[in-house]
Amino acid sequence: MARRRRKPRLAVWKFASCDGCQLSLLDCEDELLAVADALEIAYFPEASRGEIRGTYDLSLVEGSITTAHDAARIQDVRRRSCRLVTIGACATAGGIQALRNFADVEAFISVVYANRAYIQTLATSTPIADHVGVDFELQGCPINKRQLLEVITAFLSGRRPTIPSHSVCIECKLKGNVCIMVAHGTPCLGPVTHAGCGALCPSYNRGCYGCYGPMETPNTRALSEWLQSLGMTPGDLLRVYRKFYANAAAFRTESKRHDP
Amino acid sequence: MGKTSDAALITRVGVQRLIEVLTARGYQVIGPTVRNGAIGYDAIAGIGDFPVGWTDEQDGGHYRLRRRDDAAFFGYAVGPHSWKRYLHPPRLRLWRAQRSGDEMRIIDEDDEPPRYAFIGVRACELNAIAIQDKVFLGGPYVDPHYRSRREAIFTVAVNCAVAGGTCFCASMGTGPKVEAGFDLALTEIVHDGEHRFLVEPGTDFGAQVLAELPYRPAPPADIDTARAIVERTAQSMGREMPATDVPALLRRNLEHSRWDDVAERCLTCGNCTMVCPTCFCTSVEDETDLSGTMATRTRRWDSCFTMDFSYIHGGSVRSSTRARYRQWMTHKLSTWVEQFGTSGCVGCGRCISWCPVGIDITEEVRVLHEDECDGDDS
Ligand code: SF4
Ligand code: SF4
Ligand code: SF4
Ligand code: SF4
Repeated sequence: MARRRRKPRLAVWKFASCDGCQLSLLDCEDELLAVADALEIAYFPEASRGEIRGTYDLSLVEGSITTAHDAARIQDVRRRSCRLVTIGACATAGGIQALRNFADVEAFISVVYANRAYIQTLATSTPIADHVGVDFELQGCPINKRQLLEVITAFLSGRRPTIPSHSVCIECKLKGNVCIMVAHGTPCLGPVTHAGCGALCPSYNRGCYGCYGPMETPNTRALSEWLQSLGMTPGDLLRVYRKFYANAAAFRTESKRHDP
Repeated sequence: MGKTSDAALITRVGVQRLIEVLTARGYQVIGPTVRNGAIGYDAIAGIGDFPVGWTDEQDGGHYRLRRRDDAAFFGYAVGPHSWKRYLHPPRLRLWRAQRSGDEMRIIDEDDEPPRYAFIGVRACELNAIAIQDKVFLGGPYVDPHYRSRREAIFTVAVNCAVAGGTCFCASMGTGPKVEAGFDLALTEIVHDGEHRFLVEPGTDFGAQVLAELPYRPAPPADIDTARAIVERTAQSMGREMPATDVPALLRRNLEHSRWDDVAERCLTCGNCTMVCPTCFCTSVEDETDLSGTMATRTRRWDSCFTMDFSYIHGGSVRSSTRARYRQWMTHKLSTWVEQFGTSGCVGCGRCISWCPVGIDITEEVRVLHEDECDGDDS
């Protein structure tokens, strides 16, 4: 590969989100200089003041679409981006704020805000891919910084990112963990959850919370039946699936089955 | 093969000494030990690390440690780990490549694994190692990583004194009595008198190690007791593989509706393949660094339950759960025979216990078998 003539331009965009995923990039303390060396960080309001100008080779998009303004803005971002990668639960599935999709937003607004006149919001929180074409989705709440670096280095060398979409269980087994669902009877979402966290919670004797969203072929119905045999009620199951990835298709469908 | 005439008796002190002798000879001694609510395999320093007085309760998707009313060292069945972790590690860096200018240099890994001494290897596990030997060492392409680990091991086998709730080695012809592939074989006698172990050497090297232990010749009565223990274990298997030509049964039933039924229950999580002591599949992953000068290739365990496993241009060949469960089960029990000349299953029961939803390979075979038998009756 010939030496690149100009550094690829990177942009990091924020939509409805908590900033946690963008911070994963800043959290790459040891690698941040190398990132800045390999890419021109052209737009990253979280880290530096800059302005939107021209086009970007790689756009990382955090956050979901919850306003009409953002629905228009993401179209502009897409037009300016050669590659668009969504990062995190908000951008890839709508995030925790997608709980509104199961409720009445007007009712929330009347409870939370004194004056409704200044609030302009959509009734739903939706992932970026519902609005524009996306080149790659990096799941996780928050994303794993190693995986973010993998996406960036894969982009730089023009290869497919090595981000397996199998279950958390496989990571759990590679680590040599004792399965806590089998050996302790602790309910765990690992079998239906996308790998990426390194089986963090099961490694500390906590059942997987599903923060990385559905794995490639999630059989949530079969897992729910088993979780019920471990003592979970329909109410528990509703809450288990209705968290950070509540709006991801597999979890949404499953939570609705347990919604009275 | 252990010769009864060479059989010796050792006590707990002798077992402690065995660990010390092997350590002194430069082995990293790996044996059973309690880890986070289960009996796994890990480095051990002495008999105090054994699961003394523990046993296990196992069923589909269920494992619990239970107390025994004695101080047995080996009074349980196999747990979540297998020796595969040591002989065929879950992750292994294969090589790196460094680029400087237009030059590329391959940096080989110094793969210098420890010499392992395995203590407490069960009959099913010896058979699993023999099966992986065929996979990795048989044929024209030898796996150097497996070979370097495998050739150096010292194996202390144990005849099973209890069968687990998901064990079915007796019906697979792979246990519970150890037959071959060990340096020393122990049978634990914990009741009736002193806590003692019958030791049978399986190799000359095993006999040499035995000679360094405080032992006495085994009285014939203890040899009989040891035989009786393992025979009793054979009678108390928690599961049983139907006594029929299973490879042919599966070949006849590739389109059976039972595959749809199991697909409703299977999570495609891959746990069964990870815990299986004979599953050998891996994937290679490449990583590059930010400067674009260093690439790393790593090998890691993979599973036929993932979509990537059968991904070729255009998509995954086995996209349905039905196809993936069928691949796993027919490979273990049927096509493995064509490929390697033995079954790929040794009846250890791990895939049953550690399946998060308790899917039972013996039960799936039984349903197909009984369905055919019913057909014959009508
Ligand atoms: S603890 Fe959870 S993630 Fe780990 S193997 Fe068990 S079910 Fe899977
Ligand atoms: S298929 Fe199941 S019972 Fe057979 S060897 Fe593998 S894990 Fe053990
Ligand atoms: S059952 Fe699947 S994972 Fe196991 S050896 Fe066969 S193809 Fe590989
Ligand atoms: S059979 Fe059990 S362990 Fe294997 S993939 Fe299916 S649910 Fe997971």
